[in-house]
Amino acid sequence: MSTFKIFDIAGSALSAQSLRLNTVASNLANADAVSGDPTKVYKARMPVFRAEPGTEGSATAGVQVLGVVESQAEAQKRYEPGHPLADAQGYVYAPNVNTVEEMVNMISASRAYQGSVEVMNTAKDLALRTLNLGK
Amino acid sequence: MSGLDSLFGVHPAALEFQRQRMEVLASNIANADTPGYQAKDLDFNKVLQQAAQNAAAPAAANASSALTHPAHIPLEGGISQDMQKAATVYRVATQPSVDGNTVDVQTEQAAYAESALHYQASMSFIDYRLKSLMTAITGN
Repeated sequence: MSTFKIFDIAGSALSAQSLRLNTVASNLANADAVSGDPTKVYKARMPVFRAEPGTEGSATAGVQVLGVVESQAEAQKRYEPGHPLADAQGYVYAPNVNTVEEMVNMISASRAYQGSVEVMNTAKDLALRTLNLGK
Repeated sequence: MSGLDSLFGVHPAALEFQRQRMEVLASNIANADTPGYQAKDLDFNKVLQQAAQNAAAPAAANASSALTHPAHIPLEGGISQDMQKAATVYRVATQPSVDGNTVDVQTEQAAYAESALHYQASMSFIDYRLKSLMTAITGN
């Protein structure tokens, strides 16, 4: 019996979305971590999702995190000669984190997480009711 | 076995179908943010047609479950992998997105709730049947 397949599928979504929330937290936490070197400054991270491999022919598929990639957008250059980390020209480099984008990502991840929790709850209720048949 | 089957009618098969449909819908919700993922659903009409065909030709229906012992009971009224594959349809995207994902979470959640309700309805029917059976056995 594959009654618990729903739990596997929704569980994979929960772990994927919580990883997405983690990257959002990391990006927001480091949004102001400036550096004097544009190559060493923090870069925004984001997870890449894909449907679980090996399930192409089948109707059901969980979600898998392929990996976490770094945004290739350019670091924000700011002229702050008084900053202790400023380079010889007086510039500091702020991470390429777009705070608005991260907030949107956070809401989207949180809604998707809630949706999967609801799926699990319903499946659990039905499974319990099936166990209690005839009682 | 067959006596109990006739007692419960279509409901065991209905439970099986709704469970499979809920798995498909759960996959859609899980992959709501996966680029290129195409939302799927199970078409009840197609499953019904398949089941009617299998009922007309019982040998074909049992081909998927191998009986390796004379005491084995053949599977009846179930939905085989082949049937599920034939009944799988792709959803037409109401709001297509740039990344090729066709999941509309609201639609999927509504379909999931509907499927869960059908599941509960079938379960209630089975429950009532079991209770009347208990009444017949215990006499009170």
